[in-house]
Amino acid sequence: MKKPIIATASLAGCFGCHMSFLDIDERILDLVELVHWGKSPINDIKTFEQDCDIALIEGGCCNDEHIHTLRDFRKHCRILVAVGECAIMGGLPAMRNNIPIQECLEEAYLNSPSTAQANPEQILPNDAELPALLDKVYPCHEIVKMDYFLPGCPPRADLIYGALTALVTGQEAKLPYEVIKFD
Amino acid sequence: MSETIETSSETITLTIDGQEIQAKTGQTILQAACENGIYIPTLCALHADKENGLKSDIAPGTCRICTVRVNGRTMAACTTPVAQDYIVENDTEELNDLRKTIVELLFVEGNHFCPSCEKSGSCDLQALAYRYQMLSPRFRYAFSSREVNAESPKLLFDRNRCILCRRCVLAITTEDGKQLFGFTKRGDKSGIIMDEELVKNISEEQAQQAMHICPVGAIIRKEKGFDTPFGQRKYDHNPIGSETVCTTCNGEKS
Repeated sequence: MKKPIIATASLAGCFGCHMSFLDIDERILDLVELVHWGKSPINDIKTFEQDCDIALIEGGCCNDEHIHTLRDFRKHCRILVAVGECAIMGGLPAMRNNIPIQECLEEAYLNSPSTAQANPEQILPNDAELPALLDKVYPCHEIVKMDYFLPGCPPRADLIYGALTALVTGQEAKLPYEVIKFD
Repeated sequence: MSETIETSSETITLTIDGQEIQAKTGQTILQAACENGIYIPTLCALHADKENGLKSDIAPGTCRICTVRVNGRTMAACTTPVAQDYIVENDTEELNDLRKTIVELLFVEGNHFCPSCEKSGSCDLQALAYRYQMLSPRFRYAFSSREVNAESPKLLFDRNRCILCRRCVLAITTEDGKQLFGFTKRGDKSGIIMDEELVKNISEEQAQQAMHICPVGAIIRKEKGFDTPFGQRKYDHNPIGSETVCTTCNGEKS
């Protein structure tokens, strides 16, 4: 049987979930036996050379680039897994969801103690190259269909490994109470 | 709707999930179950014990997590009095899915950012989500706009996390019976307000009690957040409701 191909992405996340993934430690050698690696920040492959079987998505969507990336993943991957609180519910970035976007930008670039003096021309970032911020931060499943959810901040390494090996081998995941936590 | 409950001494029998149990008339189904070591989940009803300092059980009947089937009808176990020969269904797939749905609705209605909450690990709402294996709510997040009141020197009141269970309104009072918390507005604008004058002067013990009674992280003791390390918090190792015998009731029963 052909080895399944795995991809990963970090959208509006802190890379904590990727770090937790690397916390599977030496089990990564077992994983290498089971899967091929596709596009991922871990191996720095930046394009989909071929379609993937499983993609782990860290972070929610806070700008248009995240939406573009997530839709691209949906197009090229058979199974999408939302990894971590940000992918599942917006997480820490979503704490801005009740503050108007203009107010957020002014606080960050005009009014905060570190920028008030440093930005005399009162410029808000406006380069066309920069991704446009969305009105609020969206959980991944409100943008595209997500197939599985692994909660945690970050999800425990045992949860990521357990779920991934279950998906790859087709066996039911055996996940003890301690590994599914929201913090 | 009963809020505080008094019991008499006449004994009757009923069955919960096929198990015949004894109860006293005037007790609620929840109290009878608790005395017999049967777990019915709650978020608003609270059994008086040493830790929470309550003088009697409270049953606001607001959260509906304790919904059971009584002779085929769905009822709140915390407000329904027992009666002879009642047949109660509790731990069934259908009811547990219904309870999970309520938990999911509560998660999307408020702003429950577990990773940044002082109550995480000891939160009853989160623990029920763990118990019913909620990986992601099936509903859309509302991201409602809620205010935080940090005026009081000892307590922080975060409405983002409030589930309007009414525990604090009923249970947290001054020694002469004045309520520290109250309801305001109606419908989807409902909220809890603090009596800032009274809350300003509460003792350390009362502040501790207020935080303990709140089933979520809405009432937080200032300067005491995150003082319990991961691995030692209430629900880190065992699901809520896994203590099969309620120690307080067990003592009273003998």
